[in-house]
Amino acid sequence: MMSAIDSAFRQARAEGRAALIPYITAGFPDLAALPGLVAALAEGGADLIEIGIPFSDPLADGPVLQKAASAALARGIRIRDILQSVKGVSGQTVPLLFLTYINPILRYGFQDFCRDSQVAGIQGLIIPDLPWREGQSLRHMAHAQKLAVIPLVAPTSTDAHLMEIRRARGFVYGVSVTGVTGARTRVDHGVSLLAARVKSQVNLPVAIGFGIATPDQARQVGQVADGVIVGSALVDAIAAQPDKAEAVAFRFVRNMKEALTNIATKA
Amino acid sequence: MSTTEVPNRQGRFGPFGGQYVPETLIPALDELELAYRAARKDPHFRRELHELLHEYVGRPTPLRLAPRMSEALKVEVFLKREDLNHTGAHKINNTLGQVLLAQKMGKTRIIAETGAGQHGVATATAAALFGLKAEIYMGLEDVGRQSLNVYRMKLLGARVHAVESGTRTLKDATNEAIRDWVTNVRDTFYVIGSVVGPHPYPMMVRDFQSVIGIEARRQMLKVAGALPSHIVACVGGGSNSMGIFYPFRRDPVRFIGVEAAGEGLHTGRHAASIQAAEPGILHGSLSYLLQDDDGQVHPAHSISAGLDYPGVGPEHAYYHHTGRAQYRSITDQEALSAFHQLAEWEGIIPALESAHAIAWVIKAREELGAQNARVLINLSGRGDKDVDQVFALETKSGHRATSHPGEGSDA
Ligand SMILES: Cc1ncc(COP(=O)(O)O)c(C=O)c1O
Repeated sequence: MMSAIDSAFRQARAEGRAALIPYITAGFPDLAALPGLVAALAEGGADLIEIGIPFSDPLADGPVLQKAASAALARGIRIRDILQSVKGVSGQTVPLLFLTYINPILRYGFQDFCRDSQVAGIQGLIIPDLPWREGQSLRHMAHAQKLAVIPLVAPTSTDAHLMEIRRARGFVYGVSVTGVTGARTRVDHGVSLLAARVKSQVNLPVAIGFGIATPDQARQVGQVADGVIVGSALVDAIAAQPDKAEAVAFRFVRNMKEALTNIATKA
Repeated sequence: MSTTEVPNRQGRFGPFGGQYVPETLIPALDELELAYRAARKDPHFRRELHELLHEYVGRPTPLRLAPRMSEALKVEVFLKREDLNHTGAHKINNTLGQVLLAQKMGKTRIIAETGAGQHGVATATAAALFGLKAEIYMGLEDVGRQSLNVYRMKLLGARVHAVESGTRTLKDATNEAIRDWVTNVRDTFYVIGSVVGPHPYPMMVRDFQSVIGIEARRQMLKVAGALPSHIVACVGGGSNSMGIFYPFRRDPVRFIGVEAAGEGLHTGRHAASIQAAEPGILHGSLSYLLQDDDGQVHPAHSISAGLDYPGVGPEHAYYHHTGRAQYRSITDQEALSAFHQLAEWEGIIPALESAHAIAWVIKAREELGAQNARVLINLSGRGDKDVDQVFALETKSGHRATSHPGEGSDA
């Protein structure tokens, strides 16, 4: 059976372009903004959307996403409220994924979290501090709820790791650099090698994230990968004009989408 | 070796431990584990480390009866003198081991986190000894509170990065050190300061610190003619305590780990993660963690910066879980009075961390006396680093912490 994630990648491919996957932090600038932001991103051309659940100790994140999470936590954001808010929008939009760290999920309860995420209309989970080898029991419970747990691949990952993730669902999240999230001035030259390695071993779409900030970078990455993930640059743009968050998000995504679509027509 | 040795191949101590880190670091952890397992069997590596501990650190450290304390409490008390190590605490046992391993692995860059600065100083010292460059992450709060240790690290040639994120203390410094490691993983060795972090760190740090217990076991048999009935040590991340406990694990010896109760367990301002006993994952392993209902990490509090950490090593969680060790807690006030008391009784000014272990023995003296106990305390460090802080505290409050056993005790 084809999942909503599979269909989103399939459709992008049918249009001859990479899928665009923006990231936003739930509760930033505030939780009330979430439904409007999701709608604006989808309207601007997002194919899937990652929603970050803030964590106090986000060790895979750079300064921009750290600050967004701290700000959301300082306002007292709760996981239950995020689930509630997501539930209100998930029916009318593109597939949604949660990105969070393992401790909030552990504390909520693996089974309860998977069930409540599913009920809220979430399609998959990305957990940067849950490497594949530690993920078995969560994957088991997530799969029972038709949730994908997205495997990550880093430039340092071994072929043995690529073999293991052949059994994964959804897509492969390729981490473009050794490092944390945050805008970078250029695309690491290792990205095409990383994407090619994954494609040669794993029969899933590969989306590349970490550091992609501009339409031009998105275009470069879109030439070698099935998806382009953009987080810090978008959140930074929202942070600069929090009162115009929706308009900023819409414009940001539309520019990225145009860059991805243009290579398609050129190619 | 018995079949119940922990950790297992997956780095698990029962349900605890593991490797909860970004995928980027997994190959580095595998490389480290391989290198470490080879080194610990390599006679050359062992000899080199032994020589350093002997000739550079000054090991073995003494173990001796504390005569006046024993008399006052009517309990036989022995002290293992880790305070007499070079740099003033047990931390150097571990940093020399790890930096020697880093050098063997061809890593050119050393990073570490530090809270009060003790582990930072010990890492900077070991790096200087090997001519390596150390970069130390320290929370901005701690940089302010512990400016002398910042200067010490600089004297030793290290670079100190003040961390401004989160609560600006040890946990945030650790996050930042991990972020650095993720970024520079190919040439960098991360020297973790306690029995925490992803596998193989809790095992490796325990092994390097086990020199304390190996010596102490031999010394007790020689000095007292018998093993201790109780071993008492303070628990921050848990390295000095695990280091002294581990070699006695198959002996009929009771282990008491003393956590920091800060302003009192009921106030929520404490660092007693085992007392709170909430399972959680921070900095790469599953253990007990101070946190709220959503799994957001709760800041710890203790008068002693070395115990001011919201987590604890996974092997301690396992010892608590199986009942192999008992965990108790001591407040800031109780630790302060023990700080004075040991100075007066024995002419030894203990680190505030170690004063927690002393304070528990004072508090439990009746129970210990009734059992005819023979107590071994791990004096993990010396109090020179804390003298300014205690002086300032007492000047401000206008009186010194009282030190007479019995007073202010709510045992
Ligand atoms: C003297 C001393 N004792 C104890 C500790 C606590 O650490 P651990 O529990 O790892 O021994 C520290 C940490 O800085 C310390 O400096």
